[in-house]
Amino acid sequence: MHAVPETVELSKRPDQDLRPLTGNEAIARGAWEAGVRVAAAYPGTPSTEIMESLAGYPAEDLHAQWSTNEKVALDVAIGASFAGSRAFASMKHVGLNVAADAFMSQAYIGVNGGLVLAVCDDPGIHSSQNEQDTRIYGQFATVPVLEPSDAQEALDLTKLAFDLSEQFDTMVIVRGTTRLSHTRSPVAIGPRTEHPTRGFLENPAKNVMIPAHARRRHVAVIEREAKLKAYLETAPINRWETGDASFGVITAGTCYPYVREVLPNASVLKLGASWPLPDDLLRRYCASVERVFVVEELEPVIEKELRALGIKVEGKQFFPREGEFSPEILRAGFERAGVLEPRAQRAGWALEPLARPPVLCAGCPHTSSFMAVRASGARVAGDIGCYTLACLDPLRGLDTTVSMGSSIGNAIGMAMAGDTKPVMATIGDSTFLHAGIPGLINAVYNQANITVLLLDNHITAMTGGQEHPGTGKTLRGEEAPKVDYEALVRAIGVKWVRSVDSYDLAQMYQTLREAIAYRGVSVIISNRPCVLDPVKIKGPALAIVNEQCNACQSCMNLGCPALTWGKDTFEGRHKVKIDQSLCIGCTLCAQVCTVDCIKPAATVAQ
Amino acid sequence: MSRPTASTSSAKDGQLRPTAAAAKAREPMNVLIVGVGGQGVIMVSKALASLAQSKGYQVKQSEVHGMAKRGGTVFSHVRFGPQVWSPTIPKGEADILVALEWAEGLRWLPFLKPDTGIFICDTKRIVPPFACLNRRPGAPLRYSRETPAEVRAQVAEAYAIDATRMAEELGNERAANVVLIGALSTALDFPAGDWEKSLAQFVPKKTIAVNLDAFRLGRSWIEEARTNPVVTEAPAAKAAALAHVPYSVRLEITPEWCKSCDICVKLCPERCLRLNAERIVELAQPEKCTGCRLCELLCPDFAIRVHLDSAVVAIAAAAQETKA
Repeated sequence: MHAVPETVELSKRPDQDLRPLTGNEAIARGAWEAGVRVAAAYPGTPSTEIMESLAGYPAEDLHAQWSTNEKVALDVAIGASFAGSRAFASMKHVGLNVAADAFMSQAYIGVNGGLVLAVCDDPGIHSSQNEQDTRIYGQFATVPVLEPSDAQEALDLTKLAFDLSEQFDTMVIVRGTTRLSHTRSPVAIGPRTEHPTRGFLENPAKNVMIPAHARRRHVAVIEREAKLKAYLETAPINRWETGDASFGVITAGTCYPYVREVLPNASVLKLGASWPLPDDLLRRYCASVERVFVVEELEPVIEKELRALGIKVEGKQFFPREGEFSPEILRAGFERAGVLEPRAQRAGWALEPLARPPVLCAGCPHTSSFMAVRASGARVAGDIGCYTLACLDPLRGLDTTVSMGSSIGNAIGMAMAGDTKPVMATIGDSTFLHAGIPGLINAVYNQANITVLLLDNHITAMTGGQEHPGTGKTLRGEEAPKVDYEALVRAIGVKWVRSVDSYDLAQMYQTLREAIAYRGVSVIISNRPCVLDPVKIKGPALAIVNEQCNACQSCMNLGCPALTWGKDTFEGRHKVKIDQSLCIGCTLCAQVCTVDCIKPAATVAQ
Repeated sequence: MSRPTASTSSAKDGQLRPTAAAAKAREPMNVLIVGVGGQGVIMVSKALASLAQSKGYQVKQSEVHGMAKRGGTVFSHVRFGPQVWSPTIPKGEADILVALEWAEGLRWLPFLKPDTGIFICDTKRIVPPFACLNRRPGAPLRYSRETPAEVRAQVAEAYAIDATRMAEELGNERAANVVLIGALSTALDFPAGDWEKSLAQFVPKKTIAVNLDAFRLGRSWIEEARTNPVVTEAPAAKAAALAHVPYSVRLEITPEWCKSCDICVKLCPERCLRLNAERIVELAQPEKCTGCRLCELLCPDFAIRVHLDSAVVAIAAAAQETKA
C-alpha cells in the first residue's frame, strides 16, 4: 500500500472557498466574477466548455450565446464593448483565424467596456488541424497576451484581463492550451463584481476605421504598447523566483509547471504575459544568471525577442518547436544542455500498443453517407467534423480536409481545374452554417458542376453536442428559430435539392447517382440525427444468424464499432458478431449483408 | 494574485525583485486512469481527486477530451500531494495504473514506476474495428496478445480483474469502473468510508446502492487476491491466431456476362478491381485480393467466380482444430 503524502497548507485556508475547476471553468468563473455582461463563442476543442460553463451562471448576470462562427462571436463581443459593457469571446486557436479580420481592426479601435478573448491553443494537435501559436497573433495585432499556468491563474488572469483592457484601452487575450483547459485543480473563487454599463461613447475618430482615423489610431496602438511594457516591468503577474545562479529559465503559461517539476530549485522568471515583454526586467534577470534558457511550447516568441535585445539565450536547440511539452521532454532538453545529470535509462518491456483511432459511433448516420460517397467514385473535398474520420479505412471516403467550410470552395476549384472524376463536397450542418454558405453561393454564382452533401445530424457533434441555428435551441436551451436548409439552399439559387434518409442505403446510393448526373450545383441533405446528442439513441439491437454467415465481411466495410470478429470462421475468415450493448439497430449492416443473415436480436437464437 | 503555494515577488519600490524560490517539493502521489471512451475513466478520476482534495492535498487532474466519445483512448492523470507541479505524470513515475480495458492497460504500462508500481486492470477487451480489417484467410486479430501471467512477470504488483463480469453479476455492467475503484482503494490509505462518500457524489442517485456493492466487491477481491493469488486470464487472449498459410486466389471472369454495372468495383473492400478499356471488370491488383468473395456474391450476373486454392481448406481445418 502506498502511504499518502503529508498534508498541506491548503487545508489551513478555511476562509477561502476552494473548488475543483478545469482551466476552462476557471476562465468562465473569472469572466463572471469580473462582471461580464455579454459572452459569445463558437464551439471548438479545447475551448468549448468555457462558454458552456458561462451559460451555467444566471441569465440576469450575463447574456451568453453560441454564435454561428468565431468572427460573429467576436463581433458580438465587440458590439457589447462599444455599448459600454464588459464583453467576452472564447475560441480555439484556429477560431481566431476566422475572427482575425475583426480582431486586427479592433486592435486599433480599443475598447469601451472591457473586452477579453480566451483563445485555447492545441499543442500536440489532440483535436485540431494544426498547432499554430496564438501569441504571434498578439504580437501581430499589438494586443497583450496573458498566459495562465494553472486553473487558479486562469481565474485570476481572466479577471485581471478585464481591468487591463479598460485601463489600457485594448482587447486582451487570455491564452490557454489543451492542458490548461482540461486540467482540474482547486481554485479559490470569489464573488462577482458588477460593472454598470458605461454607455455608448460617440467618437467616430476612434470607432470608425476609415483611413484618416486608422492612421492616427495606429500611432495610439504603438504608444499603448510602450505603456503596457512599462506596466509589465513591475506587474506582479511576472514572478522572479531565485535559485542557483549558474543558469536561469524564462518561461510562461503551462510550461511553468513542467519547469518546476524537473527543476524544483532553479532560478525562474515566470512571465504572466507573453506579449508584450518587459525589456528591463528581462535584461536584469538575464544578468543575474550565467546561462539563460527559454522554455516555451511551439514558436520561439520570447526567445526571438531576447535575441533582438542582444541577449544570449538558449531554447529551441533543446526544446522542440512542435508538439506538446511534458516533464520528460523538458528533462531530456536540460540533460542535453548539461544542467541535469542524465538518468539511467531502463530497458522497458517492449510492447506494441494497440492501434485505436477514434471511429464513427455505432449507428452514426455519416456511415451510410460515406458508404454511398465511396461507391460514387467521386473526388471528395471534406470538411471539419466527426465525418472527417471517414478518411480512414474502411470508409476511406474523402480526399481533402483543410479548414472550416473549405470543402465547397475546394470542390469548386477541383471542378474548374477539370478533375476527371465527379466532384463532391461533404459538409456538416454546423460547419455549413459557420463558413459553408458563402462557398455555396459562390458555386451557384460561378455555375460550378459539383454535388454538395450536407450531412445534417442536427447538432455540433464533434465538440460534444452543442446547439446551433439549425437545432432550434440556444446555448441556454431556450426555443429558437430553426434554419430551413432546403429553403435556404433554394434561395441561394440551387435548383437541384433533395433530402434523404441516411438509414436507407439504397436511397442514398440512388440519390447520389442522380445528383452527380445533374450538371450544375446539386445539394443532398442527409437528415438522420446524431446518435449521441442531444439524446442518446438506442433501438432494438441486431444479431447475426451464425450458421448463415459466410464471413464475406461486407458489413465490416461500415467500420461500425458494434461489429467485430466472432470466434467461428468460414474458409479461414472470421464470421462477424454484433455487440448488443453498442448496436442501436440502424440496420445498415443488414442492408449490406450478402446472405441476409442479420436479424433483430430478439428473433435470433444466441 | 491569490496563489496558495508559490512564493510571489513584490513590487513595493516599483522594481520587481527576486524572492526565495518555492520550498523543495515533496513527491506527489501519481495515479493514472485509462480506458476507452464511454467507460467512465473521468468518473474514477473525479472520485479520487475529490477525495484527495477533501483531505487537504493539492490535486491536479488532467484528461484528454475531444475524441473520447468516438471510441478512442481516454486517459486521466491524477496527482496529489503537498505540492503538485506538472499536471501530467512523467513516464515511469506512476505509482498506480488503473485500466478499465485490457489493451489500454498494456499501452500505459511504461508509465508505471518499474520497481513499485501497482497495476490494476479490467480484463475486459474492447476490440476496435481497426483490429478486424484483414480478410485474408487465417489473418490474426490485431489486438494485444500479452496475457495477465506475462504482465505479472513484468510488473511489481499486478491485478487482472474481470471487473465487467463482476459488475454484470451485480446487475449493472456500468459499475465495472467502481469495482476498479474498490480495488484502487486498497492501494491508498484513505478510509473506505471516505471513498464511499466521495463515490456517492459522482454516480447517479438511483445507482448508489449497486455502486457501493461494486466498490466493496472490488476491495474484497483484491484483499483475497493478495492472500490467495488467483489466476485470471483474459478470456480471448488464449485464442491463438490462425496459422498463416500461403494461399492464392484466382478470379474467373466471364466477360460476356459482365454488363459494366461497376458494383463489384465500387464495393470491393480492397479496391483491387477496375473496369478495363472495354468496360469489363478485371483484377487490377491481384496481390491485394483476399478472396473474400464479395464480388462473386454481389455480381447480379454471376460474371465472377472466386477460386481459392486448396490451402484454404487446410486453414479452415486448422481453425476448427484451434476451436476444439
